[in-house]
Amino acid sequence: MTETVSQQGVRDAPTTGKFEARVRWLVRHFRKEWQIYVLMAPMIIWFLLFLYKPMYGLQIAFKDFSIFRGIEGSPWIGLEHFQTLLGNDQFFRAVGNTFIIAFLSLAFAFPVPIILALMFNEIHHRIFKKMAQTIVYLPHFISVVIIAGIVINMFSPSTGVVNNVMGMLGLEQVYFLVQPEWFRPIFIGSNIWKEAGFESIIYLAAIAGVSPTLYESARVDGATRWQMMWRITLPSIFPTIVIMFIIRVGNLVDVGFEYILLLYQPATYQTGDVINTFIYRQGLQGAQYDMAAAAGLFNAVVALVLVTAANALSRRVSRTSLW
Amino acid sequence: MGSFNLYSRGDRIFGVANAFLVTLIVISTLYPFIYIIAVSFSAGSAVTSGQVTIHPVDLTIAAYKRVLSEKLFWTSYRNTFIYTIFGTIATLLIIIPGAYALSRPQLLGRRFWNFFIAFTLWFHAGMIPFFLNMRDLGLLDSYFGIIIGFAGNAFSIIILRNFFESVPRSYEEAARMDGANDFQVLWKVYIPLSKAAIATVTLFAIVSRWNGFFWAMVLLRSEEKIPLQVYLRKTIVALVADEEFASSLLEEVYSFETVSAAIMVVSIIPVLLVYPFIQKYFNKGILLGGVKE
Repeated sequence: MTETVSQQGVRDAPTTGKFEARVRWLVRHFRKEWQIYVLMAPMIIWFLLFLYKPMYGLQIAFKDFSIFRGIEGSPWIGLEHFQTLLGNDQFFRAVGNTFIIAFLSLAFAFPVPIILALMFNEIHHRIFKKMAQTIVYLPHFISVVIIAGIVINMFSPSTGVVNNVMGMLGLEQVYFLVQPEWFRPIFIGSNIWKEAGFESIIYLAAIAGVSPTLYESARVDGATRWQMMWRITLPSIFPTIVIMFIIRVGNLVDVGFEYILLLYQPATYQTGDVINTFIYRQGLQGAQYDMAAAAGLFNAVVALVLVTAANALSRRVSRTSLW
Repeated sequence: MGSFNLYSRGDRIFGVANAFLVTLIVISTLYPFIYIIAVSFSAGSAVTSGQVTIHPVDLTIAAYKRVLSEKLFWTSYRNTFIYTIFGTIATLLIIIPGAYALSRPQLLGRRFWNFFIAFTLWFHAGMIPFFLNMRDLGLLDSYFGIIIGFAGNAFSIIILRNFFESVPRSYEEAARMDGANDFQVLWKVYIPLSKAAIATVTLFAIVSRWNGFFWAMVLLRSEEKIPLQVYLRKTIVALVADEEFASSLLEEVYSFETVSAAIMVVSIIPVLLVYPFIQKYFNKGILLGGVKE
């Protein structure tokens, strides 16, 4: 986005010439336009204080940090924390789980909003369509704490409805929330329930942009609705699907750790512990700030690489990069 | 769309099958809410013995009485309102003027400032440095820390900036003729013309404030400052493995399940109340800035 910004307004600024002329121009500029800078100041200060200052603090990843010595007072130790992490089984497990959960989400959760949008588009009864959409969007606005609460309630071993229904069907009860093999299905499934509806909005918007004449001429040729959906609607929204896929890949390592934190237990760490939950336990609960910061830096760098790669890919595929 | 006889028999079957599937999806979206509501109005013993599936069994409001009599519940509810209202105001005060400045062609170093904001979308120092920074700033366990520490948002700034840039210049020029300065132009021209975009970012801010729990949990130590979501976590999630708690309440009219369900219902109510009013902004908002991630 930043690269498309034109700078017509400062075009009259002298880029060469005498130093004095430049200073005079600057003084005149600030005298005339000071209000913009005043308006911008709170935002810049906020970003410096809350987002850029922590980046400076990231150096503790390379230091033997103690909270009493402070960031500057702590001695440098190079890559020791990274070496420790490489020898830490829990960290390896967390990296593995992050990618497995991310890929499973991509495989199972990504297509759902597309299918939903196609289905909504085929409903021609206006009130029904509107109601269905309204209801399906709703879980997006519910906090993960409540979602986790509902999931825990429903999947509870003795009292939850899932086990009760299974009992009625003569199946054996399962304590889903402490079984490692159930963690990922429950996590991804409930995420689909929460977000798929809302995410379908973007595809519905793309479908709304498809020219009606395409459908009209297809209908004249005797195409069925099924054919039109496959041959017109889906190909027409394909660019949107590609863009969304790229955005997803760019955000791969962001697997919704807040929700995981609410849902997992020591019994399910094996399949559910991701990098961010690892950082939370080691750093914020265990006060191993420096090592946890190193893990965080690793996470942030992987994320940055993925986003940059995704953007380059998007530029190539669609000529519309994300920035 | 066209009248029904335009469709062949196959098309009609397709339509009916599709409507049926969508109905199923709607029901499965609603069911967990229905279940939680049913549990919250049921007797603890009925839930524990697995009788509740769709409707309340042995209807009672005991769980609600218990929840509403907790002082901490009301305190956390009040706190959530405080964080949501003042947090959203703080966000708007920072991002609206900031986005306006970024949209001005005469801003010196505009490319740089835009990058300065957007970079934070791609790279973040992470949890630990952010936490230590809040600590250094003395913002642990403080209302002010929660309100100000999460006020900025690069994504919303970019949405607003793009919207401001798309406002035709002629509107502004008329105001400039009358001698308006930047403050007045922003207030009288850009803000009124950008209601949809501002509503969108306000919606984002409100939703994330109302639902935010992680940093409130990490940063707040005193019970009387925690928001609803942290209180919820404490009561619902932290007790998950505590089967003993559930059985200790067996004799009561309520149980762990019914109480936690009642808390969830009570905390969803405000969302349900405003939901119809914010709906129309969904589409606009999503389209303005791509999908928020």
